[in-house]
Amino acid sequence: MAEFKEAPAGAPVPEQLMTWVDNRFPASKLFKEHMSEYYAPKNFNFWYFFGALAMLVLVIQIVTGIFLVMHYKPDAALAFASVEYIMRDVPWGWLVRYMHSTGASAFFIVVYLHMWRSMMYGSYRKPRELIWIFGCAIFLALMAEAFMGYLLPWGQMSYWGAQVIINLFAAIPFIGPDLSLLIRGDFVVGDATLNRFFAFHVIAVPLVLLGLVVAHIIALHEVGSNNPDGIEIKARRDPKTGHPIDGIPFHPYYSVHDILGVSVFLMLFSAVIFFAPEMGGYFLEYNNFIPADSLTTPLHIAPVWYFTPYYSMLRAVTDPMINVFAVIVALATVLAVLKGGLAGVWKVAVLVGGLGLIVALKAFDAKFWGVVVMGMSVLVLFPLPWLDRSPVKSIRYKPSWNKWLYGAFVINFFVLGYLGIKPPSDIGTLVSQVGTIFYFGFFLLMPWWSRLGEFKPVPDRVTFQPH
Amino acid sequence: MKTIKNFIIGLLACLSIGSVQAAADGIEWDKFPKERITDMAALQHGAKLFVNYCLNCHQAAFMRYNRMRDIGLTEEQIKANMVFTGAKVGDTMMVAMAAKDAKAWFGGQPPDLTVIARSRSAAGKGSGADYIYTYLRTYYRDETKATGWNNLAFPGVGMPHVLWELQGQQRAVFVDEKDPHDPAKLVHKFKNFEPLTAGILAPADYNLAVADLVAFLQWMGEPVQSDRVRLGVWVMLFLAVFTVIAWRLNASFWKDIK
Repeated sequence: MAEFKEAPAGAPVPEQLMTWVDNRFPASKLFKEHMSEYYAPKNFNFWYFFGALAMLVLVIQIVTGIFLVMHYKPDAALAFASVEYIMRDVPWGWLVRYMHSTGASAFFIVVYLHMWRSMMYGSYRKPRELIWIFGCAIFLALMAEAFMGYLLPWGQMSYWGAQVIINLFAAIPFIGPDLSLLIRGDFVVGDATLNRFFAFHVIAVPLVLLGLVVAHIIALHEVGSNNPDGIEIKARRDPKTGHPIDGIPFHPYYSVHDILGVSVFLMLFSAVIFFAPEMGGYFLEYNNFIPADSLTTPLHIAPVWYFTPYYSMLRAVTDPMINVFAVIVALATVLAVLKGGLAGVWKVAVLVGGLGLIVALKAFDAKFWGVVVMGMSVLVLFPLPWLDRSPVKSIRYKPSWNKWLYGAFVINFFVLGYLGIKPPSDIGTLVSQVGTIFYFGFFLLMPWWSRLGEFKPVPDRVTFQPH
Repeated sequence: MKTIKNFIIGLLACLSIGSVQAAADGIEWDKFPKERITDMAALQHGAKLFVNYCLNCHQAAFMRYNRMRDIGLTEEQIKANMVFTGAKVGDTMMVAMAAKDAKAWFGGQPPDLTVIARSRSAAGKGSGADYIYTYLRTYYRDETKATGWNNLAFPGVGMPHVLWELQGQQRAVFVDEKDPHDPAKLVHKFKNFEPLTAGILAPADYNLAVADLVAFLQWMGEPVQSDRVRLGVWVMLFLAVFTVIAWRLNASFWKDIK
């Protein structure tokens, strides 16, 4: 136990109070560790707003969610009407509901930008692997949270979107039908599904999400933040104070900085809420203003925009695509055996594994492999710290062609997202197949391409121009 | 560089194919005259048409009668002129037609109209108000249908033309044209309407009446919509001022950092 401190005689009441608290709970210590004496690199740029903004959106979602739950009815017969009741009869209910619906999309926007920052500046590299893994888990939990929340308004898109996605699980060999039955709690999406999704959406997943966010931040504050130069600021410390020379206390410098970011973000957020809450049918889909009807299937069912890149990859897996996968696996196996420098036993293991995978590709339905591809498209993010073998962290010091490659990755992600919104077409499927191969190639070939080319010298100190 | 250029051109080609396909299904929608949404007289006229012509079969189960105070009616006026059933003024707009009867008479239950304008928007085609504005003006006589009516915007529609007394009757003239993309095919294309009998209203007045009805439907979809925009302006102004303060506050702290 820390030493019991006494406030000096005649000290002001707030100081006496804090001394009393600090003797019983490390309030000042926590504030120092995480705010006033957490040294962050001074060269953060635009991309470093989105972590704080993601926290803000999380708080908005939790607070507005609490008020929505007060009026929402998780009952298939009442759900749609209760949402309209919130929109019409609950004082300020429309504002709370629009904040929540816009918040869902805003969450994905800021999280995508946050992840993209990490990819550009190599923030996932050693020693920040666990921060990245916690972050990927947060992303996964967020996807589950959004998917289940989307069922609750009980409109046509809620209903049929859930129906389509849950049916995907039925494609898993052997356990699929039972698994999808377990998720639905019924043979079709119905009241039982709505009730369990409600429970997951308001309690289970938010608890997981909050726990993961705490872990993400504790891990970050343990190792310290990366920066656009990808330099460890802790390597150069002021001999007198022991603080990093290029570090500045998070509070007040980044707290005021984030207030500015929050203010600009709130302008964009409010512009959507007040002037375009449906956001052209992307944030609130038009079909979702029709109550769920199990007898009328909409002509075109598409997930909400933030899921469409993965949905595109799912739809890209057709029978010809399976053959392409089989050829790629065969080539990879031959290459690994001939050039992999593996010991004899491992050569046999790779050969057997490759052959097994090819047999499995042809044995099971393309729909199942589509589900696998969709799952893998998110899971492939987890091992990123070990896939990247570049000698430098930041894109600033990587070979120039890397910028084109990363740019192509972003364009490809947008194209996949766009195609996922559209009804399937021949040319769309072809483009999304190329896009899928590029997406996975980007990650899976990273151990090879990330080492290629001419790297630029990394400076000793961060690049910073005083404001 | 050339490959990138080709790639971008290819992408644009995909996009334009997508939009052509979107335009191909169904007719183009006319533009609903938006200014009527803030015109109280137009909204009140629309409300009158709504309770007289629509509310017999369609309900608006999430809309309370007394919400019409927001479009300038008093509770007494609503009670006297708008409520034809035994409903209280604080009740929602329900109809007495049983689902079974609806099925027998129209082949299905007429959809609830509370949020109909919000649900009928389509990306690239127009707003739900545009759709309904087009739909209520493109009914034509078609003796092959059970009701004797058909509709350009909603082919095979189950509802007969409820507003026919106002509009009068018209027939649609179709022509067979060669498909510009495939000369071997003929497309059955709508050419124009020909009036059969005149209605109570002149064509221009009928368009205005439909515009008022659609304005009411649009307003009913989200009664708070005008207040929302008005409040939004104040929120944006506040945030603009706050952003300037935050910007200067940030600058005053950061001037120490060299």
